Amino acid sequence: MIIKKVNSVEEALKGVQDGMTFMLGGFGLCGIPENSINKLVELNVKNITCISNNAGVDDFGLGLLLKKKQIKKMISSYVGENAEFERQMLSRELQVDLIPQGTLAERCRAAQNGIPAFFTPAGYGTEVAEGKEVRDFNGKPHIMETAFQADFAFIKAWKGDEAGNLIFKGTARNFNPVMCGAAKVTVVEVEELVKPGELDPNFIHIPGVFVQRIFQGNNYEKRIEQRTVRDN
Amino acid sequence: MLDKIGIAKRIAQEVKDGYYVNLGIGIPTLVANYVRDDIQVEFQSENGILGMGPFPTEENVDADLINAGKQTITARKGASFFDSALSFGMIRGQHVDLTILGAMEVAQNGNIANWKIPGKMVKGMGGAMDLVGSAKNIIVAMMHTNKAGQSKLLKECSLPLTGVKCVTKIVTNLAVLEIVEGKFKLLERAPGVSVEEIKKATEGELFVPSEVPEMKI
Repeated sequence: MIIKKVNSVEEALKGVQDGMTFMLGGFGLCGIPENSINKLVELNVKNITCISNNAGVDDFGLGLLLKKKQIKKMISSYVGENAEFERQMLSRELQVDLIPQGTLAERCRAAQNGIPAFFTPAGYGTEVAEGKEVRDFNGKPHIMETAFQADFAFIKAWKGDEAGNLIFKGTARNFNPVMCGAAKVTVVEVEELVKPGELDPNFIHIPGVFVQRIFQGNNYEKRIEQRTVRDN
Repeated sequence: MLDKIGIAKRIAQEVKDGYYVNLGIGIPTLVANYVRDDIQVEFQSENGILGMGPFPTEENVDADLINAGKQTITARKGASFFDSALSFGMIRGQHVDLTILGAMEVAQNGNIANWKIPGKMVKGMGGAMDLVGSAKNIIVAMMHTNKAGQSKLLKECSLPLTGVKCVTKIVTNLAVLEIVEGKFKLLERAPGVSVEEIKKATEGELFVPSEVPEMKI
């Protein structure tokens, strides 16, 4: 057994530097690595590139890094819920690469799986395809997309063991599993960190080989963007 | 003329037994409420659930269970969760039967624009480019004209495209139309709406068959 457990978020984020590229799991505010994000705000690392489906909201998630102007470039698929983001983008303070969500996921998965590039129909004939190689397969045009290259991946899982095996919960899974092992260093925070052997190997979503550091997270806020309910 | 709920009700009639369906944000989300309950249908949300159920009651709200519109939802019996890559594998691999999404503009050749107004509004394409790039059956739910009264059914899209030659059907507050051979073919009129009114509100080329029945909602 190889133990990946570290004792604090400080230890987990060791080596983080200005100018690096980070992957961050989550969809909206669901399944975001809250502890790691808060620590990045505190460390005040600058000029970072973030690969994340969304950009948080003004006062939570990646919005906290945006507010402090720590982000140089965002690579996302949808950024509609963040006024500060839109302001920085339209004023060109922030570079933004908007890419199709499936392409974003697959570029992570490709990095994780050692596939340098792939072809997808998503974005053909649109500005997303500009400058990219186009090839026909089965009579249909596809564009070539490449695997991401990132320094750190920040992941949030539900449960994990000290060997880095992970289980995700509900739709908080989203981009988290596909970013594991897609960067040079994968840092995972979990709601419940257990001893090896306590998780049933049949129900592991991501094996520990994709994880370098895992730590017990704290004080999860799990903010809800759109609280929609029905009557009993 | 239909309201948003009317559009959702009409589109719900397009959902057939055994379909896996992806619903976009806005009017499409409402479609789930009006699907016949004597058929088997599963709703996919691209953030990673198949078997999406209705909104939760207050005590069942779970921050770890949302749809692509970031709304809290529930999971139905037989539901499953998966990661984003597998979710788009389902979409790209054409395992999802029907995609329903909103649009800012649709062109008569089936092009669609729904993610960006240069210099003004950029929300991003989310999963829309993947959906329209692969889905076999794409229905657009939208108003026939914009707030300024200009047609959204055009000869050519003026906004940055989301996808090319991909839309199959459009349901608006005025009509149901199909894309056939580079034209909008008028299939049905909304209750109380004349063919003349639809012609006037459609900038793209409109093919009007000899008979255009009124929708049954």
